[in-house]
Amino acid sequence: MSSHGITDRVAVIGMGCTPFAEHWDASLDDLIIDAAHSACRSASIAQGGIDAFWFGTSQSAASGLGMAGPLKIQGKPVTRVENYCATGSEALRQACYAVASGAYDTAMALGAEKVKDGGYQGLNAFPIPADGTQRTLTAAAMFSLMLPAYADRYGVDRDELRYVAARIASKNHHNGARNPLAQFRREMPAERICEMPAVAGMLSVFDCAGVADGAAAAIVCRAEDAHRWCADPLYVKGLSVVAGTGAGSLDPDYDYTTMPECAQAAADAYAQAGVTDPRSQLALAEVHDCFTPTELVLMEDLGFSPRGTAWSDVLDGVFDLDGELPVNTDGGLKSFGHPVGASGLRMLYEVWLQLRGAAPAERCIPDTDRTLGLTHNLGGYPGEIVSFVGVFGTERGH
Amino acid sequence: MRGVISAAGYVPYRRLDRSEIAAFFGSGGGTGTRAVASYDEDTTTMGQAAADLALRAATAGPEAVWFATSAPAYLEKTNAAAIHAALRFDPAVSALDFGGAVRSGVGALHAALAGRGRTLVVAADARDGLPAGADEASAGDGAAAVLVGDDSDGPVLAEYLGGACRTLEVTERWRIPGGARSRAWEERFGAHVLGPAAAEAWQAALDASGVDGTAGIDRLAVTGLNSRAVATALKAIGAKADSLVDPLINTVGNTATAHPALLLCSALEHAAPGETVAVVALADGVETIVLRAGEAIADHRPVAPIAGQIAQRGSLSYGRFLAWRNMVTVEPPNRPAPARPSSSAANRRTDWKYGFTGSRDRSSEMVHLPPARVSQKGGAADDMDPAPMAHSTGTVASFTVDRLAYSPSPPTVFAVVDFDGGGRVPLELTDVDADEVHVGMRVVPTFRRLYTADDIHNYFWKARPVRDGASGAEPPGASL
Repeated sequence: MSSHGITDRVAVIGMGCTPFAEHWDASLDDLIIDAAHSACRSASIAQGGIDAFWFGTSQSAASGLGMAGPLKIQGKPVTRVENYCATGSEALRQACYAVASGAYDTAMALGAEKVKDGGYQGLNAFPIPADGTQRTLTAAAMFSLMLPAYADRYGVDRDELRYVAARIASKNHHNGARNPLAQFRREMPAERICEMPAVAGMLSVFDCAGVADGAAAAIVCRAEDAHRWCADPLYVKGLSVVAGTGAGSLDPDYDYTTMPECAQAAADAYAQAGVTDPRSQLALAEVHDCFTPTELVLMEDLGFSPRGTAWSDVLDGVFDLDGELPVNTDGGLKSFGHPVGASGLRMLYEVWLQLRGAAPAERCIPDTDRTLGLTHNLGGYPGEIVSFVGVFGTERGH
Repeated sequence: MRGVISAAGYVPYRRLDRSEIAAFFGSGGGTGTRAVASYDEDTTTMGQAAADLALRAATAGPEAVWFATSAPAYLEKTNAAAIHAALRFDPAVSALDFGGAVRSGVGALHAALAGRGRTLVVAADARDGLPAGADEASAGDGAAAVLVGDDSDGPVLAEYLGGACRTLEVTERWRIPGGARSRAWEERFGAHVLGPAAAEAWQAALDASGVDGTAGIDRLAVTGLNSRAVATALKAIGAKADSLVDPLINTVGNTATAHPALLLCSALEHAAPGETVAVVALADGVETIVLRAGEAIADHRPVAPIAGQIAQRGSLSYGRFLAWRNMVTVEPPNRPAPARPSSSAANRRTDWKYGFTGSRDRSSEMVHLPPARVSQKGGAADDMDPAPMAHSTGTVASFTVDRLAYSPSPPTVFAVVDFDGGGRVPLELTDVDADEVHVGMRVVPTFRRLYTADDIHNYFWKARPVRDGASGAEPPGASL
């Protein structure tokens, strides 16, 4: 594969993020305006100084008009992108490539979702006319397939693995409790999560991401121009997207203990960024913990833990806020909430804060010499995934 | 020689214990059980199941499918066409509905026996009645399929000797379209008119078939919705007690339109070469059919004998029965109901949606479910053969119980199924209790109605456990 990347050619110079919440009193337009204006203030750039816009939303709007209208973007290109729950990261990726190509000096990537106006709990895809043979399972049920599969493959007791999953949720609640923007700010002991009734497979409601409205935005420019707007920019080290073929739902060799698309995207992004040992090189990772088994398996797919050992690393606190490699320091999808199109950029927002020392003191990652952060964002289900991995750093190489 | 080439009955998995009705209401119900179509079954899917069982034992397919039911899934649209598609018949095979009347089931069978060509007669019924009423308890759901043809079409299990009918215009049992239940006049009146008609038709049928008197009939099935009329007819015929075929009322219940064919199938499963078998059906008069088992009956090995299907049953609570029959409305999961399937999209994929046929890549041999144009292994394009999977057996590779998803009967039990000989597909499980599912469980595909939206029934395939019906053992698992 010829994936050359754009390492150190693009910089993030400003970001904004709304609270993620059930925004009964805020519209999609309100969320877009709040995130975009916040990002502009962060970069000390006027909206009129941004050359092009990428608008990530999964189900809340259908075109670039959904962003151009509320922000009154005059005479500029605005493109809506969608790639399931990886939509926000996809908007970022398009904006970065546009700037790297030389087509524009500056670009904004904004992700926004208004999910709570639907009247139902959970996320609900709107139906595309089809032959009626497609599955109607919830995402929770699809991801629930991974826990028993993992337990069987690696010989982990199911009850112990159930605790491991709860431990992941509990960690993310711990982190989210220290995040004023997060949807859920209450700590939750793993033991209590284990006692909750199952809603899908072994999973309880507390194994599932929060469902929230929200928006997040990033402004990018050519790396060499970054200091015109920002004293401490983040440099884009690697961006990768891998879309699966749905092989896991076709191929009996797939066993639901991994998401190959995520491992492939990570390998590509690491190659671009020069990452050889993510566990020791990354200062933090924001990963797509849509359900607790997802985060468990991602620790292996992203190369943080050898195969079959993530469960014990979780128990050992490796990924805790003060651990060897903090994961989801902002609370993750679990606690921060998951406004689909915004989540990928929300992850970058946390990397933006943490690597630059701007995170609130109560959730700062350990002070190390590590300068890289990772975001991982996926859409789909085990067996049929679209995965994004991005690596960002505070140091610009040569 | 013309007669029955193949025959099979279908009894749905769930049973309602009639004593549960009295336990709930304080009266009604009675003893024994009745068969209950699952929430995802209708007369079309049950008919398909019976037809599939009948055809598995036959060497030649039909030239026509005739489908009879008093509970059609659709009016105006031909229900036999869905059975036709699910059995992957050639478009040149005719598919016709015999609609509405309970008598249409035995009538279609009689017409096929007296007619020409290879005709697959399918009769199915799903019977409702108001709670605590006699119909609710005595009725049953089920189907039967009989392949009728000449000896040039294959060995004849039972030769058609002759028959007779009597037709009465009488308002004895009736229902208007859309009515939730059928109505009946005083039972004694029905016995008064149907009894003598049965005696006349019986004698005419014996004369037509050259059988010397009632004593010459070895196996006799007399059926009708009016049990007093049935008793009167039996008396008028002078039936020998030891010739009577088990009417299946205590186990299955009266499947009305399907019942004459179901009892015929049951009789043929026990008949010896040379034995005479007669069916007398009372509905708006009488239809009488007389057959003689041929030498081929000795080799008749039903794929799923009716007795075995009766034995392999799962219990169903009365509350869930009422919910399944729309007699009570239960709170659904707070999720949007599914959208109607697209007719054009479904039509393009008829062989997948109805025929459960995927594709097999010629170069890699990989089976693709649903069918694909480009292979997952090797990427070969447009180089695949059809891969029919309806008769495959698979193994549960992984499963989950989804208590959040929309379902007409939550929770949804879903499994990733790997088929013997290749092919994986995630399928919903049915006729199963959530706590009996396990990795490694053996399952087979079954044609079901997933849901109905905008009055469009969404038919597709699920998987159900392979159960040991031959042993007659009580299946494991908790009751629903």
